[in-house]
Amino acid sequence: MKASRKWAFLIPVVLLVIGVLLAGCGKELSGTVTVAGSTTVQPLAELLADDYMQKHSDVQVTIGGGGTSVGITSVNNGTVDIGSASRDLKSDEPQLVKHLLAKDGIAIIVKPGNPVSGLTKAQVRDIFGGVIKNWKDVGGPDHAINVVVRESGSGTRTAFEEMVMAKPEPAVAIVNTALEQNSNGGVKQVVGGDSYAIGFISFGYIDNTVKALSIDGVEATAVNAKSGTYPIVRPLYFLTKEAPTGLMKEFIDFCLSDEGQAVVVDEGYVSIS
Amino acid sequence: MPQAGRLPSGLLESMKARYLIDRSSRGVLLICATVSVVILLAIAVFILQRSLPALGEIGLLDFLLGTKWDPNPVGDTPPSYGILVMIVGTVLVTLGALVIAIPLGVGCAVLLADIAPHRFRQILRPAVELLVGIPSVVYGLVGLVLIVPLVRQIGGPGLSLAAGIIVLAAMILPTVISISEDSIRAVPRIYREGALALGATSWQTMWRVVLPAARSGIAASIVLGMGRAVGEAMAMVLVIGMAKAMPNSLLDPARPMAPGIALETGYAGGIHLSALFAIGVVLFLFIVTINSIAIVVFKRGARA
Repeated sequence: MKASRKWAFLIPVVLLVIGVLLAGCGKELSGTVTVAGSTTVQPLAELLADDYMQKHSDVQVTIGGGGTSVGITSVNNGTVDIGSASRDLKSDEPQLVKHLLAKDGIAIIVKPGNPVSGLTKAQVRDIFGGVIKNWKDVGGPDHAINVVVRESGSGTRTAFEEMVMAKPEPAVAIVNTALEQNSNGGVKQVVGGDSYAIGFISFGYIDNTVKALSIDGVEATAVNAKSGTYPIVRPLYFLTKEAPTGLMKEFIDFCLSDEGQAVVVDEGYVSIS
Repeated sequence: MPQAGRLPSGLLESMKARYLIDRSSRGVLLICATVSVVILLAIAVFILQRSLPALGEIGLLDFLLGTKWDPNPVGDTPPSYGILVMIVGTVLVTLGALVIAIPLGVGCAVLLADIAPHRFRQILRPAVELLVGIPSVVYGLVGLVLIVPLVRQIGGPGLSLAAGIIVLAAMILPTVISISEDSIRAVPRIYREGALALGATSWQTMWRVVLPAARSGIAASIVLGMGRAVGEAMAMVLVIGMAKAMPNSLLDPARPMAPGIALETGYAGGIHLSALFAIGVVLFLFIVTINSIAIVVFKRGARA
């Protein structure tokens, strides 16, 4: 009894050693890949990295945030292997190799029960620009519109501004009475609780607490975003300095593979395949 | 009685040891005190230094008196960094919270210290003390779910100055109550007895004798509450709306300084980040001013 107890502690140790040895079998891939950049891409990249690391246990994929601009700078100066971006590169930014990971629609949302179920892109622009201030002007009740937006610098806000507020020129600033929330979840929470609010969130966050409006008659679905008929869609990129090689290439290929794209679809984003 | 001859030397040893512990703990305490002062100075120097690039670029007056805050404008418009809306937001929400919290808090402190029956006090007092420890984000969430829809029924978007004031008042109430109660309790019994013996009613005793005697403690509780109100960020982000426009009524959203910093630090870089540090400097000066006024008031109170 006593002797067996004395050696009992060895059992987990032995199992651990066997486990490590087994895990090592047949895995030629090892090393680390670092990713940083867009906070919209971050949760998606984390899931992809988890899946990848489960298949290749000797590989360590680290995902960081920081925002698209941070992603571009870090990959350009070699701090990280892969940068991520939730918008196209601007002309004054370093021209990196882009790998289209997924697309993300931005939905214009209201509280379920709001009689308005569709707007034109021009109406959306006028509402967020403070030109249209009352729901009755777009077929709703006679009540002031409460505009809810993301904070300055957010990738989702920047993409929304570029696709809706800045086109056509000249660009219109978002009305300064707009309520600001610092997450997609926050915007969803406020809009879901206020019958007269309107906001925008990434497709990945839509659920039954809010109603996504159709834009120019096109419903806000991943299918329409993929076909290009839904007008507010932005690209999500992985960026590398040169054509990727080795482990970097393996990871990016995994993300673009059917398996990786299945994760993209599961999370409500638009796959590229 | 074992070895009586060794006893003095043992005693001496232990006295020496005690002396050493005494000296060294004094040293440790001195180091602690110095470290806290050094940390305070380091923070002040750091935020000031980080804010200089923005202040240099924007100009102090444009920064303090500008009414437009737009660090990442769409199109070709240059960014603007004016924080007057945020200063006004901080002042309004703090004053509003104090207007609610002072009468309620002092009233509750009087109740707890003098009027309430023993058993009632035994329940209420720990409850109030527990309130101090609730994290501010919880106050914010409760405010978002309970207060905001109520304010929305009166008018406006719900997320508003009014919601911010109510949540902030609830947050500083426990501080005001517990410190005020301690100071009311500390008023010597003979003051009360003397007043009552002269024929004053209990109300007159409280209002004319006890509260004036406890005023420095009550003022301290208000200043501490004010400090918490000025610096509160998390709960305010959730309930006050954070719009960049100047509020016209209590039902309009506002954007105080502390949540204004918290909202944008995640994405800020360059001049934008530096400008957020500059807001921090203004906030720091607010707190220093409040505390200095408090010290002056206490000194005058003590002399009188």
